[in-house]
Order: sequence, then structure tokens, then C-alpha cells
Amino acid sequence: MREITIGQYIPGNSAIHRLDPRTKILITFAFMILLFVIDDFTGYVFPVAFIIAASILSGISVRYMVRGLRPLLVIILLTFILNLFLIKGRVIYEIGPLSITYEGLYQGTFMVLRLVLLIVGTSLLTLTTSPITLTDGIESLLKPFSKIGVPAHELAMMMTIALRFIPTLMEETDKIMKAQMARGADFSSGNIIKRAKSVVPILVPLFISAFRRADELAMAMESRCYRGGENRTRMKKLQMTWEDLAAFIATGVLAAGCLASRFLW
Amino acid sequence: MPIIVKNLTHIYMPGTPFESVALQDVNWTVEDGEFWGLIGHTGSGKSTLIQHLNGLLKPTSGEVIIDGVNINERGVNLKEIRQKVGLVFQFPEHQLFEETVEKDVAFGPRNMDLPEEEVNRRVKEALELVGLNYNEIKDRSPFELSGGQMRRVAIAGVLAMKPKVLILDEPTVGLDPKGRDEILREIVKLREEQNITVILVSHSMEDIAKLVDKIAVMHKGRIVDSGTPKEIFKNYQGLISIGLDIPQITHLMLRLKQKGKDVATDVLSVDEAEAEILKVVRGKGRA
Ligand SMILES: Nc1ncnc2c1ncn2[C@@H]1O[C@H](COP(=O)(O)OP(=O)(O)O)[C@@H](O)[C@H]1O
Ligand SMILES: [Mg+2]
Repeated sequence: MREITIGQYIPGNSAIHRLDPRTKILITFAFMILLFVIDDFTGYVFPVAFIIAASILSGISVRYMVRGLRPLLVIILLTFILNLFLIKGRVIYEIGPLSITYEGLYQGTFMVLRLVLLIVGTSLLTLTTSPITLTDGIESLLKPFSKIGVPAHELAMMMTIALRFIPTLMEETDKIMKAQMARGADFSSGNIIKRAKSVVPILVPLFISAFRRADELAMAMESRCYRGGENRTRMKKLQMTWEDLAAFIATGVLAAGCLASRFLW
Repeated sequence: MPIIVKNLTHIYMPGTPFESVALQDVNWTVEDGEFWGLIGHTGSGKSTLIQHLNGLLKPTSGEVIIDGVNINERGVNLKEIRQKVGLVFQFPEHQLFEETVEKDVAFGPRNMDLPEEEVNRRVKEALELVGLNYNEIKDRSPFELSGGQMRRVAIAGVLAMKPKVLILDEPTVGLDPKGRDEILREIVKLREEQNITVILVSHSMEDIAKLVDKIAVMHKGRIVDSGTPKEIFKNYQGLISIGLDIPQITHLMLRLKQKGKDVATDVLSVDEAEAEILKVVRGKGRA
């Protein structure tokens, strides 16, 4: 259960960790859009270089980030296989009614690379930004929209709480599963109906514990006079520094590279 | 059914930045019928160690041998091991899920595919073993009981599987002093009546010193000391230095000794202390 590492924050104090969360969110968005600008393999040089540079600066190895892909392996493989077989063109190899084409192979590899970069890029954001800072950044970015009725603070608070409780609930699930296994429960064998039934002893205690925690949290927040976002001041003000400027410049270079690879070459 | 733990090491999430070594080269033997206290500061690895004893966790290296069989070998029936080695988790009341107490306690025996009459008999017996009245409680929802009662129901849920070894992880945590004493008294009674091996995990010497036959002291993933309570308390400075405490009454005797009174310091209960002090006082009176 706790082996899932995608999107988990790794505490640290690297240049990347120190960046303003707003900078990181904006750059991640720009990165995602730029990935879709690229239209041939040579263009990938820029985002790959960008990721490697960010990985070195953050002290989180590319290998660790790629490990985070494991839970998404099925989606990645599916993308590859669908492209491989469904795209028409010059046939390389035939298996019964299916045929692999040169174009399919090219397109499949291209898409997989895009998907992998997309996932690695976004996970770099969550790996180097604590959930609390992340939601602070989101709240601050959404602030201008509160005039048109977007509840920026409430959204951010809900996200903070949700993110805060994911690891707790995973831990709880793990514990409850073990406790039921100690009473002879078996979650891995039997037919579908039997398996569906076997989750009841996990879900009931899990829900009860989630409600209990929510109750306690609400009480704790109320006893500290929480009453929404109005007039709330913050202890840590978000502040951009020259490091953020440098990051934006690097992103500018990335953008120039991607655009050049598409429109000039 | 002796349990032998050999060179057991457990690393959580190896190869990630979250890697943590929870157990390091642990060696431990629990013989039939022994009553052990496993004691250590929070985070010392107690819960990790006991989850190896019924195969819920797999060792990173080392072996757990039960009845001569390495339980992590291929083809070992873990369900059978888990029935023989009953494990009551910390806050076991958090695992209750059925509509009635009776059904919840029956969960374990039903998983063992026992005939219905046998299941019913065991449920009744288990509930009475933990000091609950079967007829009064069997049809109630486990969620409307008091904290202490819920915990007993949860313990009964494990007892109903008739384990030969019973392991309880901090069974008194979060109970009031009365509830704590009752649970401990029942564990002692249970052990005498059922003649089973018991391992009681705790971070408080006060709770277990006067109950158990032997104590294993854990610190930072290792068993640093083991023996009878009296042997363990000889090294009370060592205990204090790793954040554990000796019972109040043992403290008192040590203080008396420091003041020059000729009392024995390996005393675990108030009664023993009383006898010892009276002996010294009377001895003086006569002299
Ligand atoms: N599921 C887990 N994943 C990662 N680390 C864990 C997990 N469970 C326990 N640990 C770590 O292992 C160490 C020992 O924990 P534990 O066995 O629970 O100790 P104790 O029961 O003595 O308090 C602690 O440092 C704890 O943080
Ligand atoms: Mg514990």
C-alpha cells in the first residue's frame, strides 16, 4: 500500500524545493502545453534536458521518478499497443489480421515518450512541493478569480485536507487489512462475488475511521475559531526571488526550443 | 509450538528515500507456555516484530521458525499459521465491522470453515473468556458499546480462533486505569485457564513487570536485553537511558537503598515491597 510513490512529497531544501509554488505550478502547466507543441523526436531534446537539469538540481534521481510510472504502466503499454496496430501505413510485420506499420511504431513511441514526460514532469512538482505549499500556491493563483465567484480559499482548504489524509487513510487501510488477515480473511482468492464480499470487513472500519477523523478535525478547527477565508492572514507570505526568475528564464529557453523545433526545422 | 526468530531484519520501503530500518538482526526464542512482555519505546520496532510472527510481514532477511517450519517458505499455509498465532492489533476495536457482536466474533472461526455449531460454541466461549455476558451482548451492535467493551469484543474475535500463541499489541492503550486493570487481569486468567503462550507488547513497565515471566527489551530495532523481570531491572540505568522506566515501587526500593536501608531492590509488586520493608523495620526493632 505505502509502496506507491507517485505524487509523494520528498522533503528537501534544494533550489527546486525552494522555488515559489506558484512558479512551479505555472512552469508545470507551460511544460505540459509545450509537450504538445513538439511534433517530432528531435524536439524532445529540450524537455528531456529540462527534466534532467531539474532532477540534478532537486537531488531526486530520474530513476526514482521513473519508478513512479509503474502504477501507470498499463496505460502506457495500452497507448503504445493501440498506436502500433491501429495506424495505417507501410507494413513491417503481420500477425494474423493485425499488422504493425512503420507509422504505427513511430507514432506509438512518440506518444509513449510524451506520456512519460508528462507524468514525470508533473510528479516533479508534487515530489518537490509539500501539499500545504502546493495548495497555498493554488489558492494564490485562484485569488483573482474569487471576484467572479470562485471560492479560492475553500477549494484550497479542501485540497489541503484531502491531501493531508491520503497517506493516513492508506496507512489505516493497510492496518485494517492486516488485522482482518490475522483473523483469517483472504483477499486474494475466490470468485468475483467472494472477493467483492471480502472488502466489506475493510470498508466498514475504514469509513467509520474516516468519519471519526473528519469529526475530530472539524471540532479542532472550530475550537481554533476557523471561519473560512475572509480576513484570514497568513504566517508565511509567498515571495518570489531571483531563483524564481531564473526558473522562468529556463522555461523561456525551453519554450523557444520547442517552438523552434516545430516551426523552424 | 516454539517460535524462533533468527537474524531477522526488516526494512520498510527499501530503495526509496523513505527507507527505514525497523528491525536489525533480531534473535528471539519463545518457548511453549511462556508469558513474555515485549517492551520498548514508541518506534522501537515492537509492532513490526510481532507482525512477522504470523507472516503478515515478510523479513527483508532472516527467518521466523514456528514448530520447526520456516513460515516464509513457499507452500506454507499462512492461514493456518495465523489461526495458531493469534494477533490482536493495537486499537483492535477499529477493526470491528459487523452488525452484531456475535457475527463479528464469528468472523475468524467462519474463515476457518468450521461447522456452524462449532462456530457458535466458540463465540460464546470467547465472549465469556473476556468477561462479557454472551446473552446480554450477542445481539448488540459493536458500535454502541463502551470503549473497553469494544476492545474485549475485538480480543474475543481473535480468541475464538483458539490460537496456541496469543500476541497482544499494547492492549491497554487508551483505556482508563480501571479498564486497563480489568483487561490485564483477564489476560492473566486466560493464560492460566487456556494454558497458551502469551506475548504482551507494551511501552510501560508498570503494566507488565508484575505479570510476565520474561521480558524482551527493544531499542532502535534490536532486542537489547531479555530475561526475567528481576534480571532486567538489575540494569535499571540502562532502561532509563533508553527512555523506559522501572515500576514506581522498584524506584521506591532503590531510593530506600540509597538512603542506607538494607532492602532488596528486585521488588516488583506493592505486596512484595510491603513484606520487604516490614522485614527490615521489624529486624531493626528487634536489634
Ligand atoms: N508501514 C510502515 N511503513 C514504513 N515505516 C514504518 C511502517 N510501520 C512502522 N514503520 C517505522 O518502523 C519503525 C518501527 O515501528 P513500529 O514497529 O511500529 O514500532 P513500535 O510498535 O515499537 O512503536 C518506526 O520508525 C516506524 O516509523
Ligand atoms: Mg506499535
